[in-house]
Amino acid sequence: MNSGSNPISTLVWTFGLMSLFAVGGANSAIPEMHRIAVDVQHWMSDKQFADIFAISQLSPGPNVLIVTLIGYSVAGVAGALAATLAMCGPTAILAYYVSRLLQRSSHSRWPAIIQAALVPLSIGLMGASGLILALTSDRSWVAGLITAAVAVLAFATRLNPVWLLLAGGALGFAGVI
Amino acid sequence: MAFAKMSLAGFGGVLVWARRGIVDQHRWMTAEEFNETFALCHFLPGPNIVNLSVVFGARFRGIAGGIAAFAGLVGPPMVIATILAALYARYGEIDALRRILAGVSCAAVGLLISVVFKMMMPLIKKRDAVGLVILVAVFIAIGLVRLPLQAVLLVAIPLSLGITYFMRRRVNA
Repeated sequence: MNSGSNPISTLVWTFGLMSLFAVGGANSAIPEMHRIAVDVQHWMSDKQFADIFAISQLSPGPNVLIVTLIGYSVAGVAGALAATLAMCGPTAILAYYVSRLLQRSSHSRWPAIIQAALVPLSIGLMGASGLILALTSDRSWVAGLITAAVAVLAFATRLNPVWLLLAGGALGFAGVI
Repeated sequence: MAFAKMSLAGFGGVLVWARRGIVDQHRWMTAEEFNETFALCHFLPGPNIVNLSVVFGARFRGIAGGIAAFAGLVGPPMVIATILAALYARYGEIDALRRILAGVSCAAVGLLISVVFKMMMPLIKKRDAVGLVILVAVFIAIGLVRLPLQAVLLVAIPLSLGITYFMRRRVNA
């Protein structure tokens, strides 16, 4: 896996493998994406990664689309397609078979135990995502303050997240950050 | 299929919309069925909502239904994301856009952090000390030490499973 290899196959391999470890959804895999995209493969800079995360949150659709954006920036449209399918395909097939299995042997208590065991893991992963993204995108104390303010607002109120994202964009445009 | 519409409506995450469409509008599933399916898709790895759509589609129309739901959910947003990525690649260096994106990413990180705290609340309320310790350990290993995900999970998943299983047995005994 060095720069000499075909980027598409690297993408497929990377995200296909990552998807199987993404306990709790795409957001918990962000630290790993950051590690691979920025530190290991040097596909993009810290700043670009933060931008891509912002775009993926702004665009409609599942959060997993951050993978599409990374794929695109590495290898164009083909890369976007390859990365998305690699991220979604294996686990979708797995989900399909497991759900059929569970339908047959219904109400085992394993699902509850597995879920109880994995919930703390996935929250910890998402917390790590938050930290890493905060370090990459909050370059000034004002930016850190905005992140904190949004976190508190979103936690305490039922405000639609889109407004908070747009407010952040407006503040950024105004040159506050 | 309705998944296409849903996927476009869901800014920052589709789950809420998926529930509304499947349970409230189309009555394809009861609330209990939805919760069970969602729980299943939550403990499987990978993007939850994508898994959910596939399982859901497959339950109605077999493999073809699964593929249709998948394409409906992922297709349209993927096209949009690709267009956005292309725009970013071309205009990403423009100063105004850079500033806007910087602002949006600050807010987006804040949103993510708020979700983390919301998800932590049930653990804190239950005084689930084991869960919280595991949570913090994973956070440190990935967030601060920056260990590779696979290595951390290969240790953490069996450990957490074992402890949870053991605790449940003791409670039941």
